[in-house]
Amino acid sequence: MPMPAEQIEALIREGIPDALVEIVDLAGDGDHYEARVVAESFRGLPRVKQHQRVYEALGGRMGTELHALKLTTATPD
Amino acid sequence: MSDANQRIDQIVKNNDIVLFMKGTALFPQCGFSSRAVAILDHLGVTFETVDVLQDPEIRQGIKDYSEWPTVPQLYVKGEFVGGSDIMMEMFQAGELQQLIEDKQIAKA
Repeated sequence: MPMPAEQIEALIREGIPDALVEIVDLAGDGDHYEARVVAESFRGLPRVKQHQRVYEALGGRMGTELHALKLTTATPD
Repeated sequence: MSDANQRIDQIVKNNDIVLFMKGTALFPQCGFSSRAVAILDHLGVTFETVDVLQDPEIRQGIKDYSEWPTVPQLYVKGEFVGGSDIMMEMFQAGELQQLIEDKQIAKA
């Protein structure tokens, strides 16, 4: 089930207001994305927690509507 | 604790390194699982795999158990490490190698 990149970006921004979000549609099929999410509020959190914050923001769509999202998270330099 | 939870708990606690994945180490059924296996192979460690495609109860249960929505999922010494993206990031930073060393897991 494809999901537009704008929707992914909007959901992440809504859940993590300080996030800078970059989405790349890897296969051009609306189903395989790469996301890079940079947020100050990630600072001090282990990677697992950072990714969990993004998955929370996506509200259960990850693994269902959204099949493949290669995710990297970071804090601003 | 539900049955699935108890089964997963047993698996996670009885294996030093266990990867919940789609398919088997020899025949991964998904690119993300394949990447996770490749990283573990590269580390030269012995690991157990659980094919979630063969077990619907575990397929759903592992997501609740870890509070993580996708497969693959890596556990080292009973601790949830992450999915394939985190494995790759940690591997590239040398952190996965460090973790294996710190947990004193014997190499294959």
